[in-house]
Amino acid sequence: MDNYKIEGSPKTPSITFDLGTGVLEIKGRSIPENSIEFYKPLVDSLDKYSSSSKPATTVNVQLEYFNTSSSKCILDVFKKLESIHKGGSAVTINWHYEEDDEDMLEAGEDYQAIINVPFKMVMVNE
Amino acid sequence: MKEVFEIYEKMERNNILLSFKGEVTSDLLTSILQIMENKMADLQEEPKMKKKVYNVLVECLQNLYHHMDEVPDAREQKLKSAIFMIGKLDSLYTIFTGNYILNENITGLKGRLDKVNSLNKEELKHYYKEVLNNGEMSLKGGGGLGMIDIARKTGEKIEYNFLEINDKISFFTLNIKVTTQN
Repeated sequence: MDNYKIEGSPKTPSITFDLGTGVLEIKGRSIPENSIEFYKPLVDSLDKYSSSSKPATTVNVQLEYFNTSSSKCILDVFKKLESIHKGGSAVTINWHYEEDDEDMLEAGEDYQAIINVPFKMVMVNE
Repeated sequence: MKEVFEIYEKMERNNILLSFKGEVTSDLLTSILQIMENKMADLQEEPKMKKKVYNVLVECLQNLYHHMDEVPDAREQKLKSAIFMIGKLDSLYTIFTGNYILNENITGLKGRLDKVNSLNKEELKHYYKEVLNNGEMSLKGGGGLGMIDIARKTGEKIEYNFLEINDKISFFTLNIKVTTQN
């Protein structure tokens, strides 16, 4: 199974998923008009990973902006991670937010309230 | 020619930073967002304000992109056109949008806006999570999260109006205020 890698663009984040180490990174902006199209390959790749997951899976989310069209897709990604967590791989989601960005912190807390996976809120200095 | 000056003056009075009328495409939104980002950097806006305005602007513009109804114009050609303006007065940003809407779609939209406007901060947070997690994925995007998000981030009531054009269509306008006071 190949690693998953997408370069970022002005409206979409960069995504790297290293299947050897079980580290998934989502970084940048996620404001595409059509988020379903953008996130579907990642959801599919998590599906494949779930059958051969590592003992631990680390997810680093560091978004500068994301739109509401992305928010449901991100929830879908987290739901996949929740089922991987239940399946025996210890998943941790590190949700990064910039020091003064209360909206981003709150968004992370919203997901934390819905998803049954350990979340860490990580403050980033600008 | 006088008309051009009148439009200019009106915009000047309202401190309009940027305005657009026409078809709203994905590429246009990319450019507009880039321009606004540069403008806010030039104005040395504080990061917190910059982020809030940018976020709310994305939602407002993508709302137009996804939801404006196609209506026939005077020459019976399909028209998918909208207007938006972004103004700034001291620490207050205002985003105006206007687009045609079929009259049959007004009740649903008005109901959603009134519901969002009736909720306080905590209720909005709760409602956002409820809609986020309702399992409904709209093909158009956020599945009803846009207005809730705008209300949450601005902490203001959403001002709107429907101006009836004829028995089939109306013109829908939104007036969104963004400050860091809230």
